[in-house]
Amino acid sequence: MVLHGLEATSAADAGYAADEPVAEGTVSRRPAWRDLGSFVADGLREATTGGPVYHLWMGGLTLLMLIGSWGYWTQLRHGLAVTGMNDHVSWGLYISNFTFLVGLAAAAVMLVLPAYVLKDTDFPRAVLIGEGVAVAALVMCLGFVTVDVGGPHRLWHMIPGIGYFNWPDSMLTWDVLVLNGYLALNLLIPFYILFSRYRGRSPKKALYLPFVFLSVGWAFGIHLVTAFLYAGLPARPFWNNALLGPRFLASAFAAGPAFILVALWAIRRWTDYDIQRDTFRKLALIATVAAQVNLVMLISELFKEFYHPTEHSASAIYLFFGLGGADDLVPWIWTAVIVNVLCTLILTIHPLRRNLRVLIPVCAALFVAIWIEKGMGLIVPGFIPGPWGDVVEYHPTGVEIAVTMGIWALGLFLFTVLVRVALPVELGRARAPGLPTNPGRTVSETT
Amino acid sequence: MKFWKRNRDDEPAPVGGSPPPGETPPAEARPTQALPPETSPAAIEDSIARASAFEREFSRRQLFGLLGVAGAGAATVAAMSGCGGKAKAAEKAALDWETFFQGNYRLMTEAEKRQTVERLERRWQMDHAGRIGVSSQEAVPGVLYGYAFNVSKCQGYMDCVKACVEENNTDRDTAMQYIRIFEVEEGSGLSLHDADSHFFHEVPAAGHFYMGVQCFQCDVPPCTKVCPVGATWREPDGIVVVDYDWCIGCRYCEAACPYGARRFNWSEPSVPDDEVNRNQHYLGNRLRSKGVVEKCTFCIQRTREGRLPACAEACPTGARVFGNLLDPDSEIRWVLENKKVFRLKEELGTEPKFWYFMD
Repeated sequence: MVLHGLEATSAADAGYAADEPVAEGTVSRRPAWRDLGSFVADGLREATTGGPVYHLWMGGLTLLMLIGSWGYWTQLRHGLAVTGMNDHVSWGLYISNFTFLVGLAAAAVMLVLPAYVLKDTDFPRAVLIGEGVAVAALVMCLGFVTVDVGGPHRLWHMIPGIGYFNWPDSMLTWDVLVLNGYLALNLLIPFYILFSRYRGRSPKKALYLPFVFLSVGWAFGIHLVTAFLYAGLPARPFWNNALLGPRFLASAFAAGPAFILVALWAIRRWTDYDIQRDTFRKLALIATVAAQVNLVMLISELFKEFYHPTEHSASAIYLFFGLGGADDLVPWIWTAVIVNVLCTLILTIHPLRRNLRVLIPVCAALFVAIWIEKGMGLIVPGFIPGPWGDVVEYHPTGVEIAVTMGIWALGLFLFTVLVRVALPVELGRARAPGLPTNPGRTVSETT
Repeated sequence: MKFWKRNRDDEPAPVGGSPPPGETPPAEARPTQALPPETSPAAIEDSIARASAFEREFSRRQLFGLLGVAGAGAATVAAMSGCGGKAKAAEKAALDWETFFQGNYRLMTEAEKRQTVERLERRWQMDHAGRIGVSSQEAVPGVLYGYAFNVSKCQGYMDCVKACVEENNTDRDTAMQYIRIFEVEEGSGLSLHDADSHFFHEVPAAGHFYMGVQCFQCDVPPCTKVCPVGATWREPDGIVVVDYDWCIGCRYCEAACPYGARRFNWSEPSVPDDEVNRNQHYLGNRLRSKGVVEKCTFCIQRTREGRLPACAEACPTGARVFGNLLDPDSEIRWVLENKKVFRLKEELGTEPKFWYFMD
């Protein structure tokens, strides 16, 4: 059943983008629940076996998670007073990272859209990675929100039915809906496709394609809704502007593909999962265009704030030049702006962008620059100056940094596990018991 | 304990909620029955909310009813098993268990509200000497509270701040205060951005005037709209309140308030036992725990009894006028009708019920 009439050659390349002809004897006849058991067992084995580099990586992440757990335990015992936040700057490092990571999650759409919808045959292999990034980023988002609230034991108050879900009034409830929905989509679609392949069956397009379309629209939704979370607050003029949503999207579609490019490069470097050069080329183009649009929006924002500064420009003045001697964010934001501009320039020049040795470090730098700009550079100045002009600067504490690094480690850990499980299935090496597997090394042997 | 600035040698205001004997509540604060409850739009709105809320509440109760029974059962068993200490610990555990699973206060029935405040009273008694009284008194029909601040009169004495802290059981360790008094330089207009709220010198300072800010109890409150769990709302008498047992501590309301009126308990708040104001209201000055947001409630525990808020009562200059906006004979109405009044950040459409005026 070929719904989209792909040519035979490209269909073979495309992996699960097209339904493949299934040879006799290659389909698992066991009940699905038994295959699910072996799928989980195979996945666990893949995730826990590997070379020294792999174990060092996972061990390091585990150590960071343990340190983060200590930090969170400290915070639970003593309250959020152990963070650098206060009644003036009431959101800090946690919500900054949350905001940035929503963008990273949304960026998976930049891979999904061409691969599933536009039938670009180069992308499908990268799509799995993109969806893995989305899942990891969303788990980090939920983690950052959880560590930020004063009463995590009361989060059930938000569950409709037993709690009180203030929808549609509160944008936070919208965010809860869209983030969890997006997480479900990004878990279910790849799971269905991978599990089908594991059982030697062709994933049915009619079954999963509607959800793919849904997830594409949803990705725009999660980021727009997160922007509205801030843009809907007239109390904070720095956020209360119409450009915030579009700018969130632009920066997300630059940072997301940049991260995925680095991840793909690492996967190509340390596994035998082949990512086509074309995929790098197209992803880099997406990151470039998004970074260019982001710069245009930055310029229009700067123009509006500084051509004729009003009282509402005070936060931007604080961020870029300092206010009343308080200027702790100034070096950060200028680093971000300069790196942003340089990276965008380099990416704009074709020969440089096409050179992987240039592209990968530039992508890493762009990722960090947007993390600064859209994290601390967006959240903290919203509170400075406060409603009555108070300029109180914010400095994250050690505990806060430990928790933050712990959550990042959790995300990377999860991402690694997901990729580790997905690749052998995708490569045809992990199959349900009784099915022939592709010959060749396993992923774990190569690292 | 130096959490407020005092430049005068007055006797500190008496601690505690009960008014001196013989004192009658000021006329403008006395609830009036000008509007029967049926004709008040707020009351109708409230009854609708209550009706639909009941259904929502019901499913929660069904789910947690069993848990509550289990907790109470455990307490009874422990109580019967003899040892008094054990029984007390079990009762505490049962009370805490019920508190953990209690619902949103706004959605509770009258009986549930009464049960909830009785539980608070009992729980306090188990750990402290003496008793507290926690009220669940509803808004009085036909009352909408408003406040006016006379900029010409305020001298920056800060008696209001001190009275507020003592009345509202705010955290002593971090010196949490709901009221901020700004010292504004004459000639700099009415902007508070260059004004100082941390002055430590004799007041009134030459060439300066004073302006107090606190929660303006907006009629269109941006803070309640953003709360993801409906833990904060506008009461029918216009007071914006927080259910401290329902708040999850996300601080979205704190970001949404254009007046910097909300406070978060970054650590476990503490008030020495002998300083605790024992005349409390569930939605007002009852003791809070760490990780929840709180705010000025126009001293709901006093004003619903027909008394003035602590700040208005403590002010030695008469700069603070409080009363019922729906009562045409109230002092607040007189001020609004006869003075040139203004509000802060009116352009945000929040409709504060807190006005400023000058003599």
